[in-house]
Amino acid sequence: MSAANELDGNAMAGDLAEIFAVDVTQAVATCAGCGHPSALATLTLWGPAMGSVARCPHCEDVILRLTRTPGQAWLDLRGAVTLRIPLPPDDPE
Amino acid sequence: MAESRWETSSARTLVLDVPDWPGHLPGQHVDVRLTAPDGYSAQRSYSIASSWTDGGKVELTVQRVEDGEVSSYLDDTLEVGQPIELRGPVGGWFVWRNDPAPVLLLGGGSGVVPLMSMIRARGDVRGKQPFRLIYSVRTPQDVLYADELKRRVRDDPGLDVHFAYTRAVPDGWPEKPGRINVPTLNTHGWPPDFAPDVFICGPTPFVETAADILVALGHDPKKIRTERFGGTP
Repeated sequence: MSAANELDGNAMAGDLAEIFAVDVTQAVATCAGCGHPSALATLTLWGPAMGSVARCPHCEDVILRLTRTPGQAWLDLRGAVTLRIPLPPDDPE
Repeated sequence: MAESRWETSSARTLVLDVPDWPGHLPGQHVDVRLTAPDGYSAQRSYSIASSWTDGGKVELTVQRVEDGEVSSYLDDTLEVGQPIELRGPVGGWFVWRNDPAPVLLLGGGSGVVPLMSMIRARGDVRGKQPFRLIYSVRTPQDVLYADELKRRVRDDPGLDVHFAYTRAVPDGWPEKPGRINVPTLNTHGWPPDFAPDVFICGPTPFVETAADILVALGHDPKKIRTERFGGTP
């Protein structure tokens, strides 16, 4: 194994925190390839040069790609059927 | 950087005085960005070693990685008084939230750093949860926080530590050096019936081996949280 994939989705927390209001490394992505649900923190991570590529730990399909350019972030989530994001329960007013 | 101390010959703890730090949870990390005068920049994630009630300082323990441009700068070049650029705290997955369940910690090499933050946080609140650390490390000289771990095992009720040496053992040690395996975790881990929350941090082969063994021994995969990093233990 090369040194490039020795990280996991935990290491994306900072880059994703620039975009999302909650920590989405805890969110569960369902893989569009094999249907396996995985917390983003557990995806195998390639990069970060030019961008992060996060793969399903089950089938190795690409679930998420994130590229940061000056002034923009490109987020490609087409490898995920859904993203289930934990939120605090609704506060009944 | 307010101060620093060497934990081993190749790992230094950087004590950072961070203005407006919001506090952090044990297991969270920061992203460190270094930027050269020509604009070239490199970013790495480092786990926070300290617990937050330490009184306003943030500690990172940086293990020097061979050919590691960021780790060698942080260990060998950065001086007290110099600034570094941080982003954080970030991460919410590999985090201990003072839940009531017993906790089994498995650290490989510098993977012990976020686990130490959890041990320190439990000590701060005088937590009663049983905590057990299994620490896989090359040699006795490579152990991070050796004195503090010894002290906490004595002073923090319900905390114990088992060392699994991979290259060399202390004189008189009852086991041969070797990587963690089924007997290690079967003997020194907790039985699945105890239903511990498990945190495993280390290089990828360590994390995968440890998680696979625990699941094979009957632990619930949903209670196992992992964090893997580059470099070697």
